[in-house]
Amino acid sequence: MRRSFARRRFQSMYDISDEDLTFEDSYRDSDEDVEDVEDEDDYVDDDDTDLDFTDVVAGKDHKKNYEVDFVVHSIEGIVKNQDDEVTHVSNILGIQKQHTATLLRHFHWNKERLIDRYVEDSTEVLNKAGVIIDNTKTSKLIKVPGFICDICCNNDEDLDTLALSCEHRFCKNCYEHYLTQKIKDDDGNLRILCMANDCNVIVDEETIELIVNKDIHDRYRTLLNRTYVNDKEYLRWCPVPNCEYVIECHIPHISLTSIVPTVECVCTHRFCFGCGLPDHQPSICVLVKKWIKKCDDYSETEDWISTHTKECGKCHSNIEKIGGSNYMTCCKCKYEFCWVCMGPWSKHGTSWYNCDRYDEKTIDAKYKQAESRASLERYLLYYNRFANHEQSAKLDRELYNKTEKKMVEMQQISDLSWIEVQFLKKAVDILVQCRITLKWTYVFAFYLARNDQTNVFEDNQRDLEMAVEQLLELLEKPIEAEIIAELKQQILDKTVYVGSHREGLLEDTAKGLLESRWEFQVDIKN
Amino acid sequence: MATLPKRIIKETERLIADAVPGINARPHEENLRYFDVDITGPEQSPFEGGVFKLELFLPEEYPMSPPRVRFLTKIYHPNIDKLGRICLDILKDKWSPALQIRTVLLSIQALLSAPNPDDPLANDVAQHWKDNEPEAIAKAREWTQTYAERIVPPQE
Repeated sequence: MRRSFARRRFQSMYDISDEDLTFEDSYRDSDEDVEDVEDEDDYVDDDDTDLDFTDVVAGKDHKKNYEVDFVVHSIEGIVKNQDDEVTHVSNILGIQKQHTATLLRHFHWNKERLIDRYVEDSTEVLNKAGVIIDNTKTSKLIKVPGFICDICCNNDEDLDTLALSCEHRFCKNCYEHYLTQKIKDDDGNLRILCMANDCNVIVDEETIELIVNKDIHDRYRTLLNRTYVNDKEYLRWCPVPNCEYVIECHIPHISLTSIVPTVECVCTHRFCFGCGLPDHQPSICVLVKKWIKKCDDYSETEDWISTHTKECGKCHSNIEKIGGSNYMTCCKCKYEFCWVCMGPWSKHGTSWYNCDRYDEKTIDAKYKQAESRASLERYLLYYNRFANHEQSAKLDRELYNKTEKKMVEMQQISDLSWIEVQFLKKAVDILVQCRITLKWTYVFAFYLARNDQTNVFEDNQRDLEMAVEQLLELLEKPIEAEIIAELKQQILDKTVYVGSHREGLLEDTAKGLLESRWEFQVDIKN
Repeated sequence: MATLPKRIIKETERLIADAVPGINARPHEENLRYFDVDITGPEQSPFEGGVFKLELFLPEEYPMSPPRVRFLTKIYHPNIDKLGRICLDILKDKWSPALQIRTVLLSIQALLSAPNPDDPLANDVAQHWKDNEPEAIAKAREWTQTYAERIVPPQE
């Protein structure tokens, strides 16, 4: 406990003094040295230390290593972004906005590429994107005397007709029918072509707005927004069902092995920008993916079988021994054998119930089994802790409800105001955050190679875990008038302590990732 | 049944009045959206001399959706499978409401002249076509004789 405190303190010092790399190295090479260098007793074991530690963290004016910059956009914002980009490119290329929009969509909103290619060969770009520019024309409905629609064969006098810049003219009803159907069964690319056979001119936004009813047009807009966000590498929808906010974060995909870009939507959902899963700091996406696959995998069942059972020497059934002596009889094939050496029981002669027949093969098999057992046990150990925190996090709701009651109660039996009891809610917020972080620290640690770094990480993890439990204990204490002031102080202190430990842990892990300081048991590059 | 759209009436009239050589399409009396089709195997193709029966149905959304067409006569062709389903782009994503029954049937006739084993529906047939084209053509001819040869004209 004491030692790890000193280390953490030390790490946080390191965070602010970036220049001293050798310091970090010496710290890594030998724990003992470090403790000699630092006058550890100053930092250990009392509340001052914690405050000190907090101050250091809070005093940093630059962004923390585990945080990323991001912006949350509303739908209106996304629409405006598209509009701005279209206007911008439209001015550069000198073509109408609705055509620019078609071109941009064709180029998956990659402005630079569009402009480059357009300057190079505008005819080809326009052809491929299905745009014919004719500034003298805008789509409008007109009546043409003697017109017969090729699609419905209607020739009414007052038929509204429409032609795109390719001049293929059809009646409005057919167009409406056609566009409505295309928008309804959208296949994801929204490239709606002119109705004429073999014509690849795209029906532009303005025309669509002119023809279809409001519901269909709204759907069309939604689909446009969707493709816009999907096309942009640095945009992502908040994954909460029915939440319509978009997060903008400029972390490229290749950085995901060194950064865990947790973002928070205005709906309060915290998730990873890289993979879209709920916040999983400090574990990087690739580990999370491996972990989830491992947990889902059937192979763990097989591990269990290989760990807990042996095969009958004759019929190869899997046998689990649940008690009794080493004298076994397979209940399937009635083969009598010795559980220790797996040889036939008949060879054991007079050494009743006591096997000394070890040979190379059985030792080898035993070793293998032990190995597989150790690996399963290790997995289960980490999994249980992971699942434990996950389970606890699920009980949050209840804790929030209880806390709310407590806040009311506290106001009744003391002279504290509503504002003054907010610390309870704050404590629960921090507690919940810590739970999520702790959960994922087990995944991170599971994949870490065993070395000193890992030991420090696990020490910090243990400290945080212990502090979280202490905070929970404080929160569950019954409220009595005479101890309120003291309890409040304790909870406040513990909250600060826990919060800053979580930050310290995340900060150190994030920094280690950036520096490639962590060694993993698995390949994180693919 | 709802009244037949003007477009279908016109198309049907024209199909009968101004028939395409080698193609015969007649609507069923009780369902004017359902057509019996005969396509004559094109000259110089392994299907020459055969008459192939097809069914064609115009779905409710026609002409916004393509007609459903299927071979009823067995045929050895890389783009037509055992069930008579046809792999043809205009019957799927390349459909345009400006296309017609007539154009669809013409495209199918053209497909008989020019099998395309690179975009197969019947994989084994396509493979055969690629590995040994003369042998595959011979087999297609044999099938044409066995299943599509017209011995007596069906209409008196």
